[in-house]
Amino acid sequence: MHRFANPTRFVRLAGRVQPWAAALALLCLGAGLYFALFSSPPDYQQGETVRIMYVHVPAAWMAMFCYVVMAAASASSLIWRHRVADLAAKATAPVGAAFTLLALVTGSLWGKPMWGTWWVWDARLTSVLILFFLYLGYIALQNAFDDPARGARAAAILAVVGVINVPIIKFSVDWWNTLHQPASLTRLDGPAIHSSMLTPLLLMALGYTALYVWLAIIRMRAELAETKIRAIRYRQASGTAPAPQES
Amino acid sequence: MKRKHQRMTLLGVGGVAAAAAAALVLTAFEDNIVFFHSPTELSERNFAPTQRLRIGGLVEAGSVAKAADGVSVSFTVTDTAKSVPVTFKGILPDLFREGQGIVAEGHLREGVFVATDVLAKHDETYMPPEVAEAIKKSGQWKGGR
Repeated sequence: MHRFANPTRFVRLAGRVQPWAAALALLCLGAGLYFALFSSPPDYQQGETVRIMYVHVPAAWMAMFCYVVMAAASASSLIWRHRVADLAAKATAPVGAAFTLLALVTGSLWGKPMWGTWWVWDARLTSVLILFFLYLGYIALQNAFDDPARGARAAAILAVVGVINVPIIKFSVDWWNTLHQPASLTRLDGPAIHSSMLTPLLLMALGYTALYVWLAIIRMRAELAETKIRAIRYRQASGTAPAPQES
Repeated sequence: MKRKHQRMTLLGVGGVAAAAAAALVLTAFEDNIVFFHSPTELSERNFAPTQRLRIGGLVEAGSVAKAADGVSVSFTVTDTAKSVPVTFKGILPDLFREGQGIVAEGHLREGVFVATDVLAKHDETYMPPEVAEAIKKSGQWKGGR
């Protein structure tokens, strides 16, 4: 892992992964959405409304996955002071926040026709809302300091502490009575989703993951390029470098 | 001990402490976190008639009765051990039917739960209607209805 903390090595690897992630994301999301919206069957109980699941459920998975990635990257940036880990956490935050918002909004749109309400304060919904606020807090804290290094440190601590919320979200439906139903996939007696509905769901999940990798790489490369430009400008201004080098 | 090992230990200890704190808070507030009470809990504990609360359970088969005015409905909610009669005036969600899991919000008055809101729960099973039909035919159906 520590090998990839080297920015030069990371940039080389990221450049190679990026087109593959982009292709996989577009392919899986395209095929997944087609299967989800057109060629999968309606549900025996929920009818056509079940199609919201294909957008909602993977978005909620990604919301938690991105948070775990962000917290792990923050922890390694706190311990080993790796610049790339710091960048990874920073690049993940807005993507994770977007997935969380998508899960909240589609969940609300799904809740109205099925449960009969847009929103309730049950343990699952509330803990996901807290997750959204943790993302926003992370982004805000990062920009709250004049010195970006101090901002990054404060935000990293928040990210690591906030990871406690992830198991709470996951197990909220088992620990307490909630309006939200328990997990369909991670059950002791196998998934409770028919294979004709499971395939588009997993396709969408794969597509979302590839989309996240793609977006994170773009953001991290842009951030690294920005640092480089700033360094070149600084050297030019202080007269230590004669002219910017083509790279 | 090197600096990075120090930081690692600090983060580890801090993490354990924070997790313990969260666990204690969540256990202490358990009563406020649960979204609804079951009919058994309702019979075991004394809730004041002024206290607004939610009950959850299955709509007992054959218990749904519509009143003559067309908007009032009464039914029984059961957790298979105990059951509570519920009255409600308003629009029921689409998923409301006998055997369905529901959550009702309102007040308990003299053994009858007067609901102001009724929400439907749905379970975690997803399947096409043909598959549900086939399972019912073969007698393997585990759900309600």
